[in-house]
Parts: sequence; structure tokens; C-alpha cells
Amino acid sequence: MSASNENIKDMIGQQYKDGFVTDVESDSFAPGLNEDVIRALSAIKKEPEFLLEWRLEAYRHWLTMEHPEWAFVEFPKIDFQEISYYSAPKSMADGPQSLDEVDPKLIDTYNKLGIPLEEQMRLAGVAVDAVFDSVSVATTFKEKLYEAGVIFCSFSEAVKEHPELIKQYLGTVVSQYDNFYAALNAAVFSDGSFVYIPKGVRCPMELSTYFRINAANTGQFERTLIVAEEGSHVSYLEGCTAPMRDENQLHAAVVELVILKDAEIKYSTVQNWYPGDENGLGGIYNFVTKRAECRGDNAKVSWTQVETGSAITWKYPSVILRGDHSVGEFYSVALTNNYQQADTGTKMIHLGKNTSSTIISKGISAGHGQNTYRGLVKIGRKAENARNFTQCDSLLMGDQCGAHTFPYIETKQPSATIEHEASTSKISEDQLFYCMQRGISAEDAVSMIVNGFCKEVFKELPMEFAVEAQALLGISLEGSVG
Amino acid sequence: MLKIENLHVRVEGKDILKGINLEINAGEVHAIMGPNGSGKSTLSYILAGREGYEITQGSISFHGKDLLEMSVEERAWAGVFLAFQYPVEVPGVSNIYMLKAALNGIRKHKGEPELDAMDFIASVKGKMKDLDMDEKFLYRAVNEGFSGGEKKRNEILQMSVLEPTLCVLDETDSGLDIDALKIVSDGINRLRDPARAFVLVTHYQRLLDYIKPDFVHVLANGKIVKSGGAELALELEDQGYSWLEDKKAS
Repeated sequence: MSASNENIKDMIGQQYKDGFVTDVESDSFAPGLNEDVIRALSAIKKEPEFLLEWRLEAYRHWLTMEHPEWAFVEFPKIDFQEISYYSAPKSMADGPQSLDEVDPKLIDTYNKLGIPLEEQMRLAGVAVDAVFDSVSVATTFKEKLYEAGVIFCSFSEAVKEHPELIKQYLGTVVSQYDNFYAALNAAVFSDGSFVYIPKGVRCPMELSTYFRINAANTGQFERTLIVAEEGSHVSYLEGCTAPMRDENQLHAAVVELVILKDAEIKYSTVQNWYPGDENGLGGIYNFVTKRAECRGDNAKVSWTQVETGSAITWKYPSVILRGDHSVGEFYSVALTNNYQQADTGTKMIHLGKNTSSTIISKGISAGHGQNTYRGLVKIGRKAENARNFTQCDSLLMGDQCGAHTFPYIETKQPSATIEHEASTSKISEDQLFYCMQRGISAEDAVSMIVNGFCKEVFKELPMEFAVEAQALLGISLEGSVG
Repeated sequence: MLKIENLHVRVEGKDILKGINLEINAGEVHAIMGPNGSGKSTLSYILAGREGYEITQGSISFHGKDLLEMSVEERAWAGVFLAFQYPVEVPGVSNIYMLKAALNGIRKHKGEPELDAMDFIASVKGKMKDLDMDEKFLYRAVNEGFSGGEKKRNEILQMSVLEPTLCVLDETDSGLDIDALKIVSDGINRLRDPARAFVLVTHYQRLLDYIKPDFVHVLANGKIVKSGGAELALELEDQGYSWLEDKKAS
């Protein structure tokens, strides 16, 4: 087996390819957190009073909270006073009106990541609300969306332009007190995205935000809110990569989805933040709260995530199935290599009648990676005929890594149907030998087998995103979903 | 084409092959027969380059090159194909995808361009028809949920797509009913070519009713104890292997 093991090691031991730091002067707060910092942040962003109050409530509550210790991950204690809570690229002070006015270095950064904005605008017809550090630098295709009545803008802009919508929906799915990191986010979130799809509208294009963390020691606290009115439909794409840095960077985002009667949101994520080096030094801490609420009957939400980056990933995109016949789906690929740790999964909370949920989770562990699936399926008293299907597969590469599964099931409704399937496998010597005997190189064979393992998830991604997902999957585990 | 000289192989401290000599020329069909545990499958795996076997003595040359120095995929690129006794399942990877990856791997190594996708599919479909395989097998995961006979047919399909020069078939007849055996044999016979050689590893004579070998070798206790023409297989059918094993022992 030794030679095959070496092959696998070479394959997965690839250097992080998106590691570089763009030299842009940052306009940052000094590290530290108190009410004055929050007031200053809110003032810079010219926020209405209600939002400042909301932030302060969150902060005061956060001060009373304990850091959560239940996840299957290990990391040194975070000193929240060492983090700077605001940073904006300096060129933003004057506010670019179009792409031409955007700092060319920022555009260059995106180009290095293979997402030339203009090219993407022209070719793919995808509107991009690009977040560089904490301020949106370019929002495209706005006019076309405007015609359809769709609002797609930065969170800050939404606060200014549509304060009534923010006031109505902010914190209604993930409250400002929800959990330690959600409360922190509520207190200090700097920007993010806002999407509003009016009644009966099918969003004419896929909406995509490219996140990126840049300035060192800057915690990034994004907040995304998507509201799908009755009978509307939207597909939202979120992709991330970050430059190589030695310091750990904290990322605590919150995503809230509101889905009304007969509406549907499809939310896809490819996450490839810097995972740390092969000795476990550096890398992003990715502590995210994502939750969707199906408020009306026949509402549907689908989370698809491909998580290959970050030193530590800690996220559970969840669905509250309140409306009758509402549907929740969670499709996930999580890859941990070197010393990466991931504790991820979902919560499906069935409250309405005839609600159904599907969970497909694929965990890949390599190197010293630790990969945990943690999921909750909860069927409420009134959720007659609720159904859940869960499939949870783990693939191990090498003998130093770990895969763990913690499925929780709680039901108060005897008519519920809950299925759970789980498997753990290794890439076998037989499979590698078989593929190689057919003339497929060891590297391609590993890539093919791993992509085959993830196929059920990849097929849920929008076409153009699926290509990116394969490219990002373990950097070089690319190219073989047939 | 292939020359095996004084090959000694050890597995986990146990000597399995104890001095094999065999020369195979292009266009020939050689059957390797023998009782269970005689080292037949070991010989197949050695030719394909599987790990876990210690070659203590001897050499194998293939088209004049040292086969033992080549990696598994290098051997495949050079034209060695092993039809597995137990074909391996590759979940989530479609048959057509793997066929294409394999063929393009080989073509790339030869400096040939990748095949046009449409031409490729048309050519594969034609070959499937010959093997009485439904087209839906193209889109099913490699060998997953295939019956024994379907798996063996799939091996022959891969062989006919990849067009190797040395085809090693390890117990291809095992687990096949008479109809499937005939289809598989026809598939193999269609591939017979003056530039191609076959090594049929088999326990039973019945495969040789359909594929007529030029030479039959009997492997027992790690050595070739007798070689002859097609008629030797019939002799074995009548008398079994014990007389040869006894002979070796005396």
C-alpha cells in the first residue's frame, strides 16, 4: 500500500493555490470591542437608530454568554479584544460609481481568483455583489434586477434604501441573542448582502456573492438576509477564497432566509478559505449561523455546500419547516486535510403538517483532518406525516484522520417517517489499482473516486458553480464528475 | 512480445511462483490452467504490476522493455490489460466517464489528441451492442450493482475500447452461465489480432471450447509442469490435475 499512500499524500498535500495578499491600504479600527466601537461602526455606516439599538442589545446579551464548547473541534481561546471590528479598502472613501472607478488592485485580486468581474458579467449573466473585506466594491446587473423588482444589494445599502424591509425581517430567523457567535455578529456585522424577491417573481438570473477576507487580524462579520415573497424563486451562490496568512482569522457570519408561501430559495456555497499550512498553522476560523424559515405552505429551501477550506468549520445550515407541505434540503461535501477540523451538518425542525426534509452529507477526511457530521431532525407535535431521509457518508484517506457522526433525532409525532443511512469507507487499494490498470494516473484516479463519492451533492449545484466546486475540492481533486 | 524468465515470487513470506518461464508472441493465445492455489492469479497480478508481491528472482520483458520497472499505469499505457476476476465497483463514477478517462489517459501518453466526445460515444455504443449490453450501462456507476455476468462483460467492453496488445484474462469464465460465456467468448474472439496476444487464466476447460488456445500451460505448485497445444486442455478435463502434481512430486 505504501506507494498508493504516497500518491494520495502527494495529491492532497498540495499547497493552497489561492494564497496571496493584495496590498490595499486599509482604513481600520484599532483592535478592541466595547459599546463605543459599536456606536462608531454604526455611525460610519450612517445607520438608523433602531439598528444601533439592535446591535447594542445583541452586544449586552453577548457579554453574558459563555463561549460554546460542545463542538468536536479544538482551538486556542480567542481574545475578542485583539480583533479589529472594522476595515474598509481606502479607495472606497469616495465611493466608486462603476467598475471603472474600482481600485484596479481589487479587480486584479478577483482576476487572480479566476473571477474576472466584467468577463463574468458578460459571459455568465451572473450579477456579482463582491465583498472585499467588509465593504461591497461592485454591484452589477442591478438595473436588470431592478426591472424585475428584485432587490440585490449590500446590506449597508439596504439599510439606507429599504430600512422598512430590514426592520421587518432582520433577526426574525436568527435573533440577535441566538448563540454566542450570532450575537457577536449582530453587534458588529459590517456588511453583507440583501436580497428581496417580490411576490410571484422568478429571479431572472442566479445571484452570486464572492466573499473574501483580506486584511490581517480583521474579523469579518457578514450578514446576509434573503426574503422570498409568496410564489417567488431565487438561486443564490456564495463562494469564498482567502489569501495566505499566518494569523488565524475569525469569520462569524449569519445568513437568514425567509421563505413565504409557495416560494423557493436555493442557496449554494463553495467555501475555500485558507485552511492553514500542512502543520496546522494559520487558517480561518469559520463559525457560521445559517438558518432558513419556511413560513408559508409549500415553501421550499435547499442548502448545498462544498466546504474545502478553513482551519475550523463550524456551521449547520438549518431549516424551520413551519408551513404545511414545506420542504427542506441539505446537501453537503466537507473535506478536511492536514490539521483542518470541520463540525458541520444541519437541523431540520418540522413544525407543519406533511413537511419533508432530505439530508445528504459527504465527509472526506485526509491527513490529520477531523470531520464531524452533526445533525438534528426534530418533529414537532403538530407535524403530522412529516418525513425525513438522512444519508451520511464518510470517506477516509490515510490512517491519521477521523470521521465522526452525531445524528440526533427527536420526534413527538407518531406518524413521522425518519430514515437514516450512514456509511464509512476508505479509498481502497483495489479501486486505485483497478483505475490505474486502465491507464488512469494515481492522481486522476483519486480525484475520480472522490468526485464520484460527492456526486449526489455536486448534481445539486448550479452548472457553472459545479465546475468551480470540483476545482476547489481539495484544490487538485478536480475534474471528474461524469 | 512477452518474455518471462525464471520468475520467483513471494507473498507474505511464502513462495508462490518458483521459476516460471514463458514466452508469448503477438497473435498467440496462451491458456494457463491449474488447480486452485497454484499461483495463476498471482501471475496475472504480477503482469499488471499490483503491489504486495515480492519478486525474488527472474525478469519479465515486454516489447523489449523491463516490465517490472514500470508502474501500474505505465504498463497500461504500454498495452497491458488485465480483465479482473472480481471487477471493482467505483460508486458515483459512470462507466462512460471511466472509459473516457482511461482511453484519454492512454492516448495522452501516446501523444494522441483526446477523442471527440460524439465519436467516442458512437464507437462505445457499437461495441456494447456486440456484447449484448444495454446502453444504460454507460451511465451507471462502474460495476455497481452489476451481476457477475454484467461485470465480466464490462471488462471485455473496456478491453475492446482500450485496445491493449497484451490481454490477461483472470478467471473470466468464473460465474458465467453458458449464454454469457458465449457472449464473452465471442467478444474476446473478435479482438483476436496478429498484433495482440492473450493470456487466459482459467481453472476449467469449458472457456477453451469457445476460445481455441494455441498453447496450454499447466501451473502447479508455482511452476509450469506441462505445456502443450489445445489438446492438453482436453486431457486435463478427463484426468484432472492430480497426475501432473503427482508427477512433479516424484
